[in-house]
Amino acid sequence: MKIAENTFGSKYHVDEKGFYGRFGGAYVPEMLYPNVKELQDNYLQILRDPAFQQQFDQLLRDYVGRPSPLYLAKRLSEKYGASIYLKREDLNHTGAHKVNNTVGQILLAQRLGKSRIIAETGAGQHGVATATVCALMNMECVIYMGSIDIQRQAPNVARMKMLGATVVAATSGSQTLKDATNEAIRDWINNPVDTHYILGTAAGPHPYPDMVARFQSVISEEIKVQLLEKTGKANPDYVMACIGGGSNAAGAYYHFLNEPDVKLVAVEAGGKGVNSGFSAATTQLGKLGIIHASKTLLMQTEDGQITEPHSISAGLDYPGIGPLHAHLFETGRATFLNATDDEALQAAYELTRLEGIIPALESSHALAKLKDMSFNPDDVVVLCLSGRGDKDMETYIRNLPNKLS
Amino acid sequence: MSNRIDQLFATKKTGILNIYCTAGFPELNDTLPVMTALQQYGADLIELGMPFSDPLADGPVIQESSTRAIKNGMSIRQLFEQLKDFRKTIHLPVILMGYLNPVLLYGIENFCKKCAEVGVDGVILPDLPMDEYESDYKSIFEQYGLHLIFLVTPETSEERIRKIDSLSKGFVYAVSSSSTTGKDKDMGNQQAYFEKLKQLQLKNPVLIGFGIKDKATFEAACAYSNGAIIGTAFIRAIENTTNLDAAVKSFIAGVK
Repeated sequence: MKIAENTFGSKYHVDEKGFYGRFGGAYVPEMLYPNVKELQDNYLQILRDPAFQQQFDQLLRDYVGRPSPLYLAKRLSEKYGASIYLKREDLNHTGAHKVNNTVGQILLAQRLGKSRIIAETGAGQHGVATATVCALMNMECVIYMGSIDIQRQAPNVARMKMLGATVVAATSGSQTLKDATNEAIRDWINNPVDTHYILGTAAGPHPYPDMVARFQSVISEEIKVQLLEKTGKANPDYVMACIGGGSNAAGAYYHFLNEPDVKLVAVEAGGKGVNSGFSAATTQLGKLGIIHASKTLLMQTEDGQITEPHSISAGLDYPGIGPLHAHLFETGRATFLNATDDEALQAAYELTRLEGIIPALESSHALAKLKDMSFNPDDVVVLCLSGRGDKDMETYIRNLPNKLS
Repeated sequence: MSNRIDQLFATKKTGILNIYCTAGFPELNDTLPVMTALQQYGADLIELGMPFSDPLADGPVIQESSTRAIKNGMSIRQLFEQLKDFRKTIHLPVILMGYLNPVLLYGIENFCKKCAEVGVDGVILPDLPMDEYESDYKSIFEQYGLHLIFLVTPETSEERIRKIDSLSKGFVYAVSSSSTTGKDKDMGNQQAYFEKLKQLQLKNPVLIGFGIKDKATFEAACAYSNGAIIGTAFIRAIENTTNLDAAVKSFIAGVK
């Protein structure tokens, strides 16, 4: 495990003050300062503890089922003219990459002496992954979820409840991920001593973006080993991932950030089209600002009010982007593309029929851009298949061109 | 001329009543009528909220008032427009409270300049980090004679309270309990914290806020500080009223 690697001094990792270039920081009100400071002061030390690493490693192996396979998708590769490997985060326990982070954070919460866990969730994957580790560790669990997302991700709501979590509907604003995050932060302000907030993405105040990226970095750590075994070289030509807040992308990129030969491709949710007024493509539509205590790119009005994004995928329906990714965008280290709702749906149907894998709507956004890449035949592409599509079945069936019969 | 906040604390040491109201609420053009009524019926200080879509430190009541004010068309630009001539009638010190994002987009220097131009005396930006203020913005605020007021909470360490006191101007805003605004937490449990604050003998006056809603809580807060700030309870008192002036009058009469 390399989760505690010293990365200070690297251009693409967080600096001592919690910034990636001009993005990041911790813009928290005084009521949150002690909570955030406690994390800042302790997270690296806890991650460096060999006993912590051993426990994290063991749970990822025996409980989550890691390493997740790196699968050469032959028919997909044929279609797009390159060797396309899928990093199968969809095969993890609970069905997505989110669990890598929740396992790490619950172990950290235990070491900080916390007894109560809160989290936000969009698609419900992070909520389920949090409720799961809370059941495992016998901790009280409260999940905030936008009321619109509660409707469109009903199976995950049922799972969280069965796991013993209390699911609280966020009814303000757009009633999606942004508002669920607001409510989780407010809960933390009101419960500063006994509660740990398991933030699910590489966003929020420092140290969350770095901490979440470190827990997710197991994805790229494994890719390097697996790719070397399969192809004789550790570095692919491309790493592709979808981006909402950016946790699966952060994990998939992490050990390639300082490998300039590896091209990083990020796919945002275009919604109904970048210029349609119904989009979540933050790098295209956003300006510098502060969302959830982080200075980053965000979608906002000319008066500085945060706007309501749109995506068919609840996990990408976020008006901001993690500060690492804002930095990768600004420096040109990663190429940012976006896929519309329809393109994502088509890509989901295509992967299902070509490879027998039903992907999550989020991951389908990354798949959707394979058609827009100009690969060389000998290119090696790793695409992070961040989650499975069980939770999206209703959407998939509703939108099928020819109804299933 | 010295700042109106300093003038207030120079002449009045106890029982200072600071009322918070979201600008552009309940209706867009109610900002000035509310301020006028507050002055007429005995408030000492006015804190105007610049509404933000995602007010993290606020509870549901102030949050909803912000949503409504934004729908009404309130923005920083609009607010400065409304405040253009307010010093012809309002002599109370006025503080703008808001979140950093809209102010950053407006431009910190522009914002400070405009505040000075219309006659605003102080600013509260709860999510502006103290260090960043000190390194990037302090000189700008001072150049325009604008006081930046910081918050302390029961969880703030003594060392940090000292630092906050050294950077704050006007007064220190003591949050009564670890909470968002408008939570009904028992003030009785906060006595030790208030007592501690009092004994620290800060260079700034102290106003206590969060959870102050009526005569009893106002007096309890005043026993340990120079006064108190009321927000949520005031918003509730005016949100559905048909007679703004009467609502403000009866609210203040019930507190003082």
